[in-house]
Amino acid sequence: MTKAMNQQRTALNGDEAVAYAAKQSDVDVVAAFPITPQTIIVEKFSEYVANGEVQTEFVCTESEHSALAACLAASATGARTFTASASAGLALMHEMLFVASGCRAPIVMAIANRALSAPLNIHGDQSDSMAERDSGWVQIYVENAQEAYDSIIQAFRIAEDVGVSLPVIVGLDGFTLSHTLENVTVLSDDDALKFVGTRQLPNVLTHEGKSVPFKLDPENPMTMGPIALTNYYFEFKRQQEEAMKNALEMIQKVNVEYAELTGRSYGNGLVEPYRLEDAEVAVVCVGSTSGTLKTIVDALRQDGVKAGLLRLRTFRPLPVEALRSALQNVKALAVMDKSMSFGGNGGAVYHEVRHVLYDAEAHPAVVNYIYGLGGRDSSPRELRRVYEDLLRILKSGRVEKQITYLGLRE
Amino acid sequence: MTNVSQEWKFTSKEIAEKPDLFLSGHRACAGCGPATVLRLIMKATRGPTIVTEATGCMEVVSSIYPYTSWALPWLHTAFETAAANASGIEAALKVMRKKGRAKDEHVDIIALAGDGGTYDIGLQALSGAVERGHDFLFVLYDNEGYMNTGIQRSGGTPMGAATTTTPAGKVIPGKVEAKKPIAEIMLAHDMEYVATASAYYWRDLLTKVRKGLEVEGPAFLHVFAPCPRGWRSDPAKTLEYSKLAVESCVFPVWEAVNGKRTLSTPSKLIALAPKKKKPVDEYLEGQGRFRHLFTPQNKHVLDEIQRLTDERWERLLEKCVEP
Repeated sequence: MTKAMNQQRTALNGDEAVAYAAKQSDVDVVAAFPITPQTIIVEKFSEYVANGEVQTEFVCTESEHSALAACLAASATGARTFTASASAGLALMHEMLFVASGCRAPIVMAIANRALSAPLNIHGDQSDSMAERDSGWVQIYVENAQEAYDSIIQAFRIAEDVGVSLPVIVGLDGFTLSHTLENVTVLSDDDALKFVGTRQLPNVLTHEGKSVPFKLDPENPMTMGPIALTNYYFEFKRQQEEAMKNALEMIQKVNVEYAELTGRSYGNGLVEPYRLEDAEVAVVCVGSTSGTLKTIVDALRQDGVKAGLLRLRTFRPLPVEALRSALQNVKALAVMDKSMSFGGNGGAVYHEVRHVLYDAEAHPAVVNYIYGLGGRDSSPRELRRVYEDLLRILKSGRVEKQITYLGLRE
Repeated sequence: MTNVSQEWKFTSKEIAEKPDLFLSGHRACAGCGPATVLRLIMKATRGPTIVTEATGCMEVVSSIYPYTSWALPWLHTAFETAAANASGIEAALKVMRKKGRAKDEHVDIIALAGDGGTYDIGLQALSGAVERGHDFLFVLYDNEGYMNTGIQRSGGTPMGAATTTTPAGKVIPGKVEAKKPIAEIMLAHDMEYVATASAYYWRDLLTKVRKGLEVEGPAFLHVFAPCPRGWRSDPAKTLEYSKLAVESCVFPVWEAVNGKRTLSTPSKLIALAPKKKKPVDEYLEGQGRFRHLFTPQNKHVLDEIQRLTDERWERLLEKCVEP
C-alpha cells in the first residue's frame, strides 16, 4: 500500500511528463530556449504560465547560454529554478554548466538527449550530456516517460538538499521518450508539492560571524561568484566532489521515500539490475534502450540463457560500489554507448564501467557497443546479437572485438 | 510611474556623507577610471540594491576570495552574462515576493560590464534582456579595450588606438575601425532611458544613474572611464582625459528619455558655443596608445579621426531635440 492514494493515470509523452512534474514542483523561475526535441517542455510550460496554472516567472531567453545564466542568478537569489535543453543548446551552455555547479546552484534541467552537429541531426543519442560529464552536474538518465516524470520531482529534492546543493540533469532519450505517448501515473498536486517541499538554503557565516541563508539578499550582502586564485580555487573544487558523494546518498534516500509514497522505484536509484543475480552474460545500458533489452533478457531466459541487464540510472556521481557489486560475478559484459569519445578507445560509459571493474576480485570480459547515433534505430534482433556475441566470448574465453558499432554500414 | 524627468540634486556633502558601497582595498591600478566610476555609481543608489557584474577588470579587482569590495549583494557568473543574470534576479525577486518568500519591497538591480562584456561578447544577452523588458539598469564602464587580459581591442576601442591585438605596426597604424556606436544600438531598442556620461562630470553621472534606477524597465548608461594602464596615459590625468573626451566631442554626453534625446550640460555648452569644441589632437596627444599617430606618415589617421568625430557630432546634434 502506498501513501499517495489518489494517483492518476494519464497519457503523456516524455516532454509533457517533464513539464507536468516541473509544474507540480512549484518552480519559481523557468528560463529556457526552445530546441528540438525539448520544445514540448517549454511550450507546455508556457501554456501553464499563460493559463495562470503556475506561479512561475517564465523567462524566454534569447539563447541557452542566457537561459542557464538567468537560472543561475535566480537560484542565487533563492528561487527554485528549472530549465530544459538538448544537443547544441546544451553545448552552448557548456561554460555556464561549470559556473552553475561551481556556484552550487541547485538548478534542475531536463535534457531531451539529441545528437550533436555536424552533420546536423535532430534525433536522439546521448552525445550532448555525455560530453558534459565533467561539468559537475548530477546526471540521471531515465527509461520511460513515467520515470521522466518521477525523476524531475525527485531531482528537486536531490539538488536542493543542503548537503548536495548541486545542479541536476535528467536525461530522456530524444523522440524515443520525448515525443512518445505513454501511460504515466501522476501524483496529486498536493502530494507532489509535499514531497518536493520548499527550496532549502544552506546557511553561511558572514564576515561579522552571523549565520545567514546563502542567497543574494540586500539585508545580508554577500559576494557570490568571486574570483579565487591559486590559494583557494582547488578547495572549492574539492568541496564539489564531496557534494557529489552526498548526492550518491541522497539519490538513494529519495528513491526510497518516493517508493513509499508512490510504489515506484528504480533499483536503488543509482543502478537498476534486471535478472542479474545469477547472470553470466550481461549488458550495461543507459536510457530507453534498456526497455528493449529487458524483453530480450526475458526471451533469452526462456531459452535457458543466464542473461541479465544493468541499467545505469545515475551516471554522475558514478555509483562505483553499486556497479562493482552488481557486475563482478558476470562472466562477459557488454557496455552500450549512445555516444562516442573520438580516439578514446570506446565510449564514455564503457570507460567508466571498465574502470570500476578494475578493482573487482573477478573481472568479466568487457566489450563496448556503440549504437543508435543520430537516432539510428536499434532493433531487438540487433540487440539480441549483443548477447549472442557475449555467449561466444563466454564459450571461447576470447574477446575478438573490443568495440563494435551496432547497425552501422561499414 | 517613473520619475526620469525629475532632476536629482546630488550635493558633494551628501555624496561624501553617504557610506561607500564599493569599498576601498580593491586591487585596481593607480588612476583607474572604472574604479572611480563604480564608487560614484554606488553613491547614487536609492535603497535595497543587487549588483551583478560581468567578468572584467572591476570584477577581478573587487572580489578576490576571501576578500570583497562589495557592501551590496553581488553576483558574478561569466563574461557575457551580466544582463542575463539581471533577468534571473529580477524574475526571482518578482515571484518570491508574490509567494511571500522575499521581503515585500522594491530592489534595484544594476548590471555592470566593461566594453568587452557589452559591445562584444555580452551584446546578445543585453539585447535579449532589454527586449524582454526586465527592470534593471545596465551600466557600461567603457575603458575602450580588454584591459584586464593585457590591453586587447574591443568593439569600443577607438580608431587609431594601439592595443596588443591592434599594434601600431609598420603597415597598419593601430585599430583601423571606428568605435561601435553602442548607445545608438541600445537606443534603437526603444528603451525608456539611455544616457552617456563621463567620469569627470560626476554630478551628471550620479543623476543619470538615479534616473536609470527610477525607470521601471531596462535602462542603459554608457560611462566613459579612462584606463591609464591600457591607454599609456598619466594616472594623474584620468579625470582630465574624461573631460577632454567630452570637450573634443569624441565622447559627447547626452540622455534620451522615451527616445527624446537632449545633450547634457557639458556637451550642450559646446553645441551652443561651437568655438569651445577642442580639436581631437588635444585629447589624443598625451595618450601613449595614439603616440604613433603624431608622425607625418600617419597624419591621415589623425585627420580621419577628426573627420569622423565631427561627422558623428553633427549627426548627434541633428538627432537631439532643441535644448
